Amino acid sequence: MRHIISAIVENKPGVLAHIAGLFAGRGFNIDSLAVGETEDESRSRMTVVVKGDDAVLEQVRKQLGKIIDVIKVSDFSDVDFVERDLALVKVTVKSEKRGEVFEIVEVFRGKVVDIGAKHLTLEISGPEKKIEAFVDLMKPYGIREVVRTGRIAIARGE
Amino acid sequence: MSERNGAHILLEVLKAEGVEVVFGIPGGVVLPLLDAFHDPGAPRFILTRHEQGAGHAADGYARATGRVGVCLATSGPGATNLVTALATANFDSVPVVAVTGQVKTHLIGNDAFQEADITGISRPITKHNYLVKDVTKLAECLRAAFHIARTGRPGPVLVDIPVDVATAMTDAPIPDGVDLPGYRPVVKGNRRQIKRAAEAINAAEKPLLYVGGGIIISGASDLVRALAIKANIPVTTTLMALGAFPEDHPLALKMLGMHGTAYANYAVQECDLLVALGARFDDRITGDIKKFAPHARIIHVDIDPCSISKNIRVDIPVVGDAKDILQGILELIEPRGREPWLAQVNAWKVKHPLAYKPDGLKPQYVIQQICEVSKGQAIICTEVGQNQMWSAQWYTHRHPRHFISSGGLGTMGYGFPAAIGAQVGRPEALVVDIAGDGSIQMNIQELATAVYNKIPVKICILNNGYLGMVRQWQELFYKRRYSGSVLNGNPDFVRLAEAYGARGLRITKPEEVRPALEQAFGTPEVFILDFMIEPEENVFPMVPAGEAIDRMIGGMA
Repeated sequence: MRHIISAIVENKPGVLAHIAGLFAGRGFNIDSLAVGETEDESRSRMTVVVKGDDAVLEQVRKQLGKIIDVIKVSDFSDVDFVERDLALVKVTVKSEKRGEVFEIVEVFRGKVVDIGAKHLTLEISGPEKKIEAFVDLMKPYGIREVVRTGRIAIARGE
Repeated sequence: MSERNGAHILLEVLKAEGVEVVFGIPGGVVLPLLDAFHDPGAPRFILTRHEQGAGHAADGYARATGRVGVCLATSGPGATNLVTALATANFDSVPVVAVTGQVKTHLIGNDAFQEADITGISRPITKHNYLVKDVTKLAECLRAAFHIARTGRPGPVLVDIPVDVATAMTDAPIPDGVDLPGYRPVVKGNRRQIKRAAEAINAAEKPLLYVGGGIIISGASDLVRALAIKANIPVTTTLMALGAFPEDHPLALKMLGMHGTAYANYAVQECDLLVALGARFDDRITGDIKKFAPHARIIHVDIDPCSISKNIRVDIPVVGDAKDILQGILELIEPRGREPWLAQVNAWKVKHPLAYKPDGLKPQYVIQQICEVSKGQAIICTEVGQNQMWSAQWYTHRHPRHFISSGGLGTMGYGFPAAIGAQVGRPEALVVDIAGDGSIQMNIQELATAVYNKIPVKICILNNGYLGMVRQWQELFYKRRYSGSVLNGNPDFVRLAEAYGARGLRITKPEEVRPALEQAFGTPEVFILDFMIEPEENVFPMVPAGEAIDRMIGGMA
């Protein structure tokens, strides 16, 4: 099972290293990790996707909370939330097939961010399943490179 | 506030924190710090002969006194030499502040001379650490370091001070408090959980108190005693809690686990309620965890939420400080007798006491004599291995903070420098390091520290010419293939002691043991007693690794 954990941490050097080291040292399996500033510039938010059962999730939450520079830990198990991933996909597509690609991009509400004689780079954002579906659809055209951010999430409501 | 440099800010904070002694070794980048120690009013600086010795001394000082121990090392190799000591303190939750020097701020990350990324290296083995790049932040970081070290679940905190920060000037004041929004240890237990725990205890027919090091850290030994006596509950302790409950009390079962008493282990396996107080269900205690305490509901009182339900599912968790929680539980406890259970436990005690064959010079006899000659009042430090286990088993532990041993990390070479630290913290006490011939050689250089500073610890070497615990496992599980466990080339420890200006005596017969101890304990000097014990004596009972704890082997009378 995959869980999304969100931690508010002090925006100081070394905090990311500490958290990564914690996960490695305790053998927790991270799928992705995204970190960025919050509305308070002395604080960053780190969003981690962890693989494991409920016991693992509980240990991850507690161990993260134990770190001095981690201020608050929440996970999204019990709340409704919005999650997003962003991917940049470089496709080496022949000109006669471009139309199809553009149609797919439009259906997925993505964007074309780079265009060249032999390639297209597409930007797509959304829940993980949407990204995966898009990448799957691009495979027949020839994927050159995929760059993804980590997942970020925010609770619905107040 | 007038201007002064970082080194003097360190001294001001040490003074504000009531630090009386710092153990350490200087080096290039800590010259400004050491210079400040030369001023009148500075804490005592004890120069050790290895930074590991300084780290363990700060640790032993902290365990013996309950105060924060402080050590200091230079950058690079000085700092890396502290690593084992930091890991030792971290594992056993000991409050230590380690100050290290660092190269100039603009050289950090540039492979400078004697540079080491000690904050990176020590991150997994410290409770927290700081690299102070701005002298105006130095005072608050140091204050925070002490606060973090001593509160919640204590632990070592490292503060890395670049040399140009030590010499930079500022008029920033020393803050009164600390601002740590991410650090809010839970101290008060949840009242509802406390009530549930008390109800469970009152209803239990066969309860057992499983007491760990957290009780000693919390200062809750008296409350444990009160609870045990009021409710007639037998008490077993881990290595870290020896002395939390007086072992000469009828309810005492001594230590449980891999080398615990048979009767303690049987009590665990038969009890219907296991009350874990400040303990963490370590594998040395539980053996095969799937078979641990099979008939018991479990109450777990601990200040660290991470320890609760980490290894074993717990029925009634209570997070908070043990003293506060036990106070609450005690108010709701009803006195009652538990004659059938106590009778059963006593029957086990009579049928399965600790035992050894008294033929020749036996280590168990030596430990018993250490207890008798010191009247059970000594502060016992141990090294690691057989010496440690025999010390746990054969001494009658009655007082908290009188047994100082590396439990979690199991660091050989810990005991002697820790004894030095303990003696400095408790100058009136008799402090004894019980060692093996392997362990004692790991920090033997601290003889110079002890003799020069007149720190009169007594070292009792249980000398069997082996790395004893390794040899025991090789005898039992590796068909006696003594690979790498024979200690060839041991020195004459008596002459070694004298070479350092200490006293020494060799003991080869049982009748020599007591007079030697009386002489050593009565002499206010560093004394090494070299006991030539039976070389292949084993520690029993033993729960083989991974077995259920009632499947012990060996040594039952």
